[in-house]
Amino acid sequence: MNARFGEFGGQYVPETLMNAVTELEQAYAYYKKDDAFNTELSELLNTYAGRPSRLYFAGNMTKDLGGAKIYLKREDLNHTGSHKINNVLGQALLAGRMGKTRLIAETGAGQHGVAAATAAALFNMECEVFMGREDMERQALNVYRMKLLGAQVHSVTSGTQTLKDAVNETMREWTRRVHDTHYVLGSVMGPHPFPMMVRDFQSVISREARRQIMDLEGELPRAVIACVGGGSNAMGVFYHFIPDDQVALIGCEAAGLGLDTPHNAATIAKGKPGIFHGMKSLFCQDDYGQIAPVYSLSAGLDYPGIGPEHADLHRKGRAHYVAVTDEEAVAAFEYLSRTEGIIPAIESAHAVAYAIRKAKDYDGSIIVNISGRGDKDVAAIARYKGEDLYE
Amino acid sequence: MSKFISFITAGDPSLEKTREFIDILAQHSDIIEIGLPFSDPIAEGEVIQAANNRALANGTTTDKVFAMLETVSFDKMVLLAYANPVFVYGYDRFFQRCGQCGVYGVIIPDLPFEERGEAAVFADAYGVHLITLIAPTSAERVQMLAKEATGFIYLVSSMGVTGVRGEFDTDLASIVNQIRDVTQTPVYIGFGISTPEQARHMRNIADGVIVGSAIVKIIAEHGGTSGPHIKQFLKEII
Repeated sequence: MNARFGEFGGQYVPETLMNAVTELEQAYAYYKKDDAFNTELSELLNTYAGRPSRLYFAGNMTKDLGGAKIYLKREDLNHTGSHKINNVLGQALLAGRMGKTRLIAETGAGQHGVAAATAAALFNMECEVFMGREDMERQALNVYRMKLLGAQVHSVTSGTQTLKDAVNETMREWTRRVHDTHYVLGSVMGPHPFPMMVRDFQSVISREARRQIMDLEGELPRAVIACVGGGSNAMGVFYHFIPDDQVALIGCEAAGLGLDTPHNAATIAKGKPGIFHGMKSLFCQDDYGQIAPVYSLSAGLDYPGIGPEHADLHRKGRAHYVAVTDEEAVAAFEYLSRTEGIIPAIESAHAVAYAIRKAKDYDGSIIVNISGRGDKDVAAIARYKGEDLYE
Repeated sequence: MSKFISFITAGDPSLEKTREFIDILAQHSDIIEIGLPFSDPIAEGEVIQAANNRALANGTTTDKVFAMLETVSFDKMVLLAYANPVFVYGYDRFFQRCGQCGVYGVIIPDLPFEERGEAAVFADAYGVHLITLIAPTSAERVQMLAKEATGFIYLVSSMGVTGVRGEFDTDLASIVNQIRDVTQTPVYIGFGISTPEQARHMRNIADGVIVGSAIVKIIAEHGGTSGPHIKQFLKEII
């Protein structure tokens, strides 16, 4: 297996973890071609996670904005409320085949942690989730959901106390106990084979979406739009459209308070090449390679790096990355709720915001990936709007 | 004769103090390892993480660390640096500066054997050893790693991150034997060694011991006035 996407990717982990990543690479190479494994995974995705997810024509939004026919890929309707379950079911099934009995995971917004805890409950595995203390406060409801599902949630108090630090702590935990433990990485990042494996598990999104849009429209969409933190929902919805050169692939990064301020998490716009969290990719960092404390209202996009395949798609010009501020994302969050009766995750609202901004420039269809549902964000958005609401 | 390797983080509590502590360490150590501070040191436990934070908070940079190292005449200085600060500084420029400052070797904990080539060409060009780490989980990788090792081999005592430990359950003696089958390069054991008993035990197994967190802990407690405490600790453990 090629461990790289152009110059990006690789396996930059401590020697203590090398055998674990090699073992994972071999197991994945074997099971991705194993019929019984793939049949069991498809079965789980359909009967347990509720796939295929719908491609919904957003008629009100289309009429209101003018221009593009807007379709929403409804990953928010999956069991556990986001695309994260696609990857977690794949990895948990693989971990079981490898004889692992314990899952550990990082989480930002809590969606991946909830998905990991869910899979652990389903497969009767132990589960420990690492979450930044600041994120635990922002996403208190998800913390309780994970506990309800039987997972132990560890508060990470090092560094910026957000997603980056949760990844650090989960990697440290993996070096402490690797023999029975699988690290369920939640995005298309980390050392090989994670970026490729997570992309493969998430690519079910574009496999369905491409077929669905062809059935509905008889032609390919003009653009596919998704939010990007580490980039797993975006890789998932882009993947089967990559060979279709006429389809624009657009990733929406978190511009936080604005690209002209230090308070953003827009890695493609602001980052430089580096080596961190097991991969060579682009990272927000200073001139000496110290990782920058990034910011976004969205805990799921609040990450200083991006998956290596995105870095490569960007470098090759195959995908384009744009930045969306907190303010625009919150406006889109409210807009989609009122216009279509769909409350998106604040992460997904970044993609919705771009569709609102650009809809009138298109004359065909566009697909916006609604990567998750927004229930978890309601209280935080209310507070952002100045209301004194706590869960 | 068994070797003693001491470790401190550069810039904790200040680079002036690091320079002063190096003179104390030099009296008792065969090799001095200096940590280049990094924002996200994933192989470190809490003690060294905190030292990294203190060093960065007071403005320690790669250039300032090199400038400090230029004033050190001790011949076996080793830098511990994470891959990103080295990569971003530029491998060529980084190892050139190491060569100019007389740095004996560089340890990059998140640059494993499979990825070391991109840095090793520059380390070799400037006569700096790129130190090989071997872990309790290395298993069938041990001899592949050991064969290529120069300078010394850093044998990680146990699973997990750096930091003081009560006990060790790895069969280190058998790993050392596997290493000795393929190379003469000396093997030093590090991670978690803090007491004279642990140090004595490890010195019987390998060619030397590396002590880090225990010294950094003293600096965390005593800051700029750590000198005499470090001296006392070294006398007891060696």
